[in-house]
Formats: sequence, structure tokens, C-alpha cells
Amino acid sequence: MAHHASTEPTQLGEIPKPVTGWIWKTFFILVGITALEFVFVFFMDAGTLRNSIFIILTIFKAFYIVAEFMHLKHETKGLIWTIMIPMALLIWLLVALITEGSYVGEAIQNAFN
Amino acid sequence: MSTISTTQTYSPTSHEQPRSGTWDGGNEPFKASYGKLMMWFFLLSDAFTFAAFLTTYGLMRHRHLAFTGKPEDFTFSTAYWPIPDKVFNSFPGFHGVDLPLAFVALMTMILIFSSVTMVLAVEAGHRMDKADVQKWLLWTLLFGTTFVSCQAWEWSHFIGGTDAGTRMADGSIFHGANLVTNQYGPPLFADLFFFITGFHGTHVFSGLCLLTWAFIATTNGTFEKRGHYEMVEKIGLYWHFVDLVWVFVFTFFYLV
Repeated sequence: MAHHASTEPTQLGEIPKPVTGWIWKTFFILVGITALEFVFVFFMDAGTLRNSIFIILTIFKAFYIVAEFMHLKHETKGLIWTIMIPMALLIWLLVALITEGSYVGEAIQNAFN
Repeated sequence: MSTISTTQTYSPTSHEQPRSGTWDGGNEPFKASYGKLMMWFFLLSDAFTFAAFLTTYGLMRHRHLAFTGKPEDFTFSTAYWPIPDKVFNSFPGFHGVDLPLAFVALMTMILIFSSVTMVLAVEAGHRMDKADVQKWLLWTLLFGTTFVSCQAWEWSHFIGGTDAGTRMADGSIFHGANLVTNQYGPPLFADLFFFITGFHGTHVFSGLCLLTWAFIATTNGTFEKRGHYEMVEKIGLYWHFVDLVWVFVFTFFYLV
């Protein structure tokens, strides 16, 4: 009987109260940044500056999702670097190939000149 | 009866418990459990795939000409890459009304909200609050399903095209998009739309399957008997990753 009682859920009435302040704070930051992006979509002309603003705001959003929702901020340093270093190399690849794309386009458009 | 007596006389001390020694898995590298660590590495590899898609998008976009005139004068043409808010400007029930990016904004909100309900489910799991885990998993399932349904509508609208269509190089009018031809711009524009949003949608769908399973397991008390809700936490990591990918798809496909 004692053995039986130990496997039964015995928590009725003693479940701690939820602590959700930080979750909603992160949510409002994410919604705020998204709203700000739409302000830029409608009130700013397209261009390199606007695109840079979008990319910076995206990185902010990514930070809050990964650090808070995915809890990476509270993991060990080793795990943080294991994730961050490959991602940084991917950003390098992205920048390199976008630059390369402009050259490919130029080469194709001027192929018969 | 004999088997029960053997298990009862066996008294596990710390070094006798299976997989608790330093050299047989007792140590947790990075102070994270095996399952969570492997989920992180899976997500990292998945990030490579999505990065490959977005890098291809950037390469192909820069390989094509950009529209250089005023945004008001923009018309669809296969000669240059389209302006995204001229392509994605429709909303269910508002036929013919120009609402740039309104629907995708709604989809983004739904997905961010599903991330919040997921984090609330994980939080409830830490407190061993079965009822709360069930509640928040159901909300996450609801928002996730809504997101996939929205994407289905967006796809069908993209494939169907606008009433006017676009006059193609051979003089015919073409409506909508397939993998070979589309009315919005170069063929690769539609191809990348289908592959990037489709691959993301597949991830959301996989997430929904995992969530459904987690909800059933929670209801059956599987995690409660196990003594922890780490499985909900791992599915949560996956779900947030899908949200994270959408943040990037949203910026690079719809905003920039």
C-alpha cells in the first residue's frame, strides 16, 4: 500500500502558482518589434537603409525567442557557443552568396554586350 | 512473484543505478539532458537547411534585376523581381482590396501567440500541473492549426492568381503560379515561395503531430508517472524553432 501511494500523483492542492510575467514581457517585446516593422513598411521608402533596419529588428526578435522562449540564455556557456558559432558562419555564407548573386546577374545580363 | 521479490531486494545506491556513473552516461555535458541536447543539435542541422533556402533566395534575388521605378507604377513582369507587398496584398473576404502584407501580419501574430502558449505549457510542466499543460497544449494546437490553414489559403490564392493576370512574353495572359510559370515575376520567385513556405509549413505540421501526441500522453498521465514533463519541453524547443524560422522567412521573403 505504501508502495502504491508513492506512484500516485499526490499533488492535488499543492501545485505552485504559475510565474508567467517574463513570458508575457517577451511576448509584448516580440509584438512590439513586429508592429515597428510594419510602421517601417508603410512609412519609409524601400532601400538599403530600410532593409538594414528590418534585418536588425529580426535579429532582436530572434534573440528574444532563442534566449527566453528556448531558454538558451540560461544554459551553460559551452552550449551557447555550440549553437552560436555555426550560426555566425551561416550568416557569413548568406552575405557572401548574396554578393555573389549580384555578380552572377551582372555577368548574365552583360553576356552578349 | 519471484521477479517482484528480486526487484524489491535490489536496493539501488547511486553507483549501482544504471547509467549514473561518469563513464556510462551519468554525466550530462553542458548540464542539459541527452534528449534536450540532441534536440538542440537537430535544430542546428535544421537551421542549416533553412539557411540554405534563404541563402538561395538571396542569391537568386540579386541575380535578377530589381524594379527601379516608383512603387506606385509597379506592374508584374518576368523581367524583374517583384516587390513582395505588391504580391502578398490580399485578405480572405476582401476580394480586390489592396491590403499589403495584412494577412501575413495576422499569420505572424498567430504563430508568435502559439509560441507563448507553448512556453506556458512548458512552464506548467515544470510545476507538474497536468490540467494547465493540457490547456496550453490545446491552445498551441489551435493556433498552429490556424496558421497552417492560413498558409493553405495563401497558397491557393497565390496559385490562383489575380483577376487581371499578367501578359507573358508570348502574348498570352497568365494567372497565378506553378513551378514553371508565374504571373508575379521570374519563375524562381514562385519556386522559392513554394519551397520555403512549404518546407516551413511541413515543419509546423510535424509540430502539430508532436503536440497532438504530447496532449494524449499528458491526458493519459504518461509524463506525470515519469515524474517530469521534459518531453513537452523538447517539443517546445522544436515549436519555438519553427516560430524562429518564420521570423526570418517573414523578413527575407515578405519585408525586404
